[in-house]
Amino acid sequence: MATPASGTRKLDIAGLVMAAILLALAGLLWREAAIMDAARSVTYGVGPTAALKAVAIGLLILSLATGVSALRATGRDEPEPMNGTPVWIIMAACAFMIACLRLGGGFVPATAVLFAATATAFGRRNILADLGIGLVLATFIYLLFSKLLTLTLPQGPFERLLG
Amino acid sequence: MEALTGLGNGFLVAFQFNNLLFCSIGVLLGTAVGVLPGIGPALTVALLLPITFKLDPAGSLIMFAGIYYGAMYGGSTTSILINAPGESASMATALQGSKMAKNGRAGPALATAAIGSFVAGTIATAGIAFLAPIMVKIALLFGPGDYFALMVLAFVTVSATFGDSPRKGMVSLFLGLTLGLIGIDKLTGQARLAFGVPDLLDGVEITTLAVGLFAIGEALHVVSQRGRVDDELVAIKGSIMMTAEDWRRSWKPWLRGTLYGFPIGALPAGGAEIPTFLSYSTEKKLSKNPQEWETTGAIEGVAGPEAANNASVAGTLVPLLTIGLPTSATAAILLAGFQQYGLNPGPLLFAEKPDLVWGLIASLFIANTLLVVLNLPLVGMWIQLLKIPTPWLYAGILVFATMGTIATKPSVVELSMLVGFGFIGFLMRRHGYPVAPMVVGLILGPMAESQLRRALQISLGDPMVLLESPISATILAISAVALIAPFALQGLSKFKASED
Repeated sequence: MATPASGTRKLDIAGLVMAAILLALAGLLWREAAIMDAARSVTYGVGPTAALKAVAIGLLILSLATGVSALRATGRDEPEPMNGTPVWIIMAACAFMIACLRLGGGFVPATAVLFAATATAFGRRNILADLGIGLVLATFIYLLFSKLLTLTLPQGPFERLLG
Repeated sequence: MEALTGLGNGFLVAFQFNNLLFCSIGVLLGTAVGVLPGIGPALTVALLLPITFKLDPAGSLIMFAGIYYGAMYGGSTTSILINAPGESASMATALQGSKMAKNGRAGPALATAAIGSFVAGTIATAGIAFLAPIMVKIALLFGPGDYFALMVLAFVTVSATFGDSPRKGMVSLFLGLTLGLIGIDKLTGQARLAFGVPDLLDGVEITTLAVGLFAIGEALHVVSQRGRVDDELVAIKGSIMMTAEDWRRSWKPWLRGTLYGFPIGALPAGGAEIPTFLSYSTEKKLSKNPQEWETTGAIEGVAGPEAANNASVAGTLVPLLTIGLPTSATAAILLAGFQQYGLNPGPLLFAEKPDLVWGLIASLFIANTLLVVLNLPLVGMWIQLLKIPTPWLYAGILVFATMGTIATKPSVVELSMLVGFGFIGFLMRRHGYPVAPMVVGLILGPMAESQLRRALQISLGDPMVLLESPISATILAISAVALIAPFALQGLSKFKASED
């Protein structure tokens, strides 16, 4: 529906950001294609850079279309008001998990923290109990995978104790 | 004839004890996860994909069939009891189903959904069995250029049908195509967009993208909206059984729903939304007491759309199995499941691994039967699952999602990509970009590229080969129309608006 917003016409920032991202991606693909073309001596048939260029052109067109519709504010849909904090809690927990695995902390503590943090983000107010549940759940999963499915999940001090 | 012998052999495979067991486990797991609010079949299949990792291909695909049908059934239970459809295809069911549930008729609503799904699923699976050999023969006539054209059609229809504007669908598709370019080029062995990261040389895992976008993205979306929508669980009162009157009113909608669902689902541009809403409006028009649709809820409005939904899902398996073309989000993830075992659906698969394909089709029949046998009596247990507090539910989903990724590929880079995709999925959902075309782009992009390059190698680089083959020329023409039509119609409505 192309109904122009009555009165206040705010700029569609999300649309402009999207247009910029698409433009940057198009540039990235084109640059990669140019580097590969320069490094290649023989040309035979359609090489591996053709697809890069084709997708880059597509991205460029979409970037322009997105930019135009953002400037006209026709494609704009008001995103619902949101509750930002819990999103960041979960993202922080995911970052912790990545760091924990990277530094050899093991699967169980990383998973327990993710569980407790997510539960908290969704409104639970008993983080110690949730940490406990997460620990039990993660230990159970770890044992299930290592003993039953013989798939090894990342090990830390705690996992080595489990054997 | 071919279908009958194939199916006979398929049943021999499917009736092996192990495979029956995998099928039942799949049905139970699929229902258990599918019944959780906000989780549609696509997400269920993506989450459960790593579990099938250690099984042999036949066993895991059969388990998959069970999961697929189980997830569908679980989704309809949620739609009826808490009016929270996990995907757009269940929306029509939720309309009348939740009304019936509020009026103490949740039992019959669930029963007509289950039995209707069974009837539709059985007829549609028979449809697959008979249509598939014919489609395979047609697919054999296809050259690389024609395949490329088909994929272009799939790109266009997938991005035009999902989401609220074709442009946003195309953006999502092209993001997926970009991801598909990452990794070693299969024809020349050159690395593209790997930026020196060894983990990227293998390309982006489809399951990582799907689980990130669907599971983590969905969880972030739900948590960002917390406290704004309250789902209310309706208790089941009275008998779960359908009365004779219910049966009399249900059977025609079941059949009509099937007739809408299967052919539309089998089209390369099908999907389940159109047939479910067609069925809904047909039943409403044919209804003898229309006021019931506004007040107590009409059983026809549950029976028809549910049957249409299941039949169209079976329909999407036809292009998936015979030409390797996914036409829905769930089909795209099923394709990822196939590729996990190095299997590429298409005419060749029917020739090389007939046991596997027909075993899978036979398992669809079995999964369908198991659903009614296991799930109707167990409905009380599934409802208990709906009572899990939301915080633990989503905490569990996130644990499951990360666990699956870590178990499949124990690398920090993979986990970081999963989380990154999750955040991207959240932002896309928030701004009205559909996520399914992105998955389709990642899967089909590399396939389309290699088909095109093969076609151009055969033609010695002459791109006109795409227009000279009547098959590809026709398909490309259809794609062009499908691409331009929404924009043209949009322009038309704008024109109308300015006329006023």
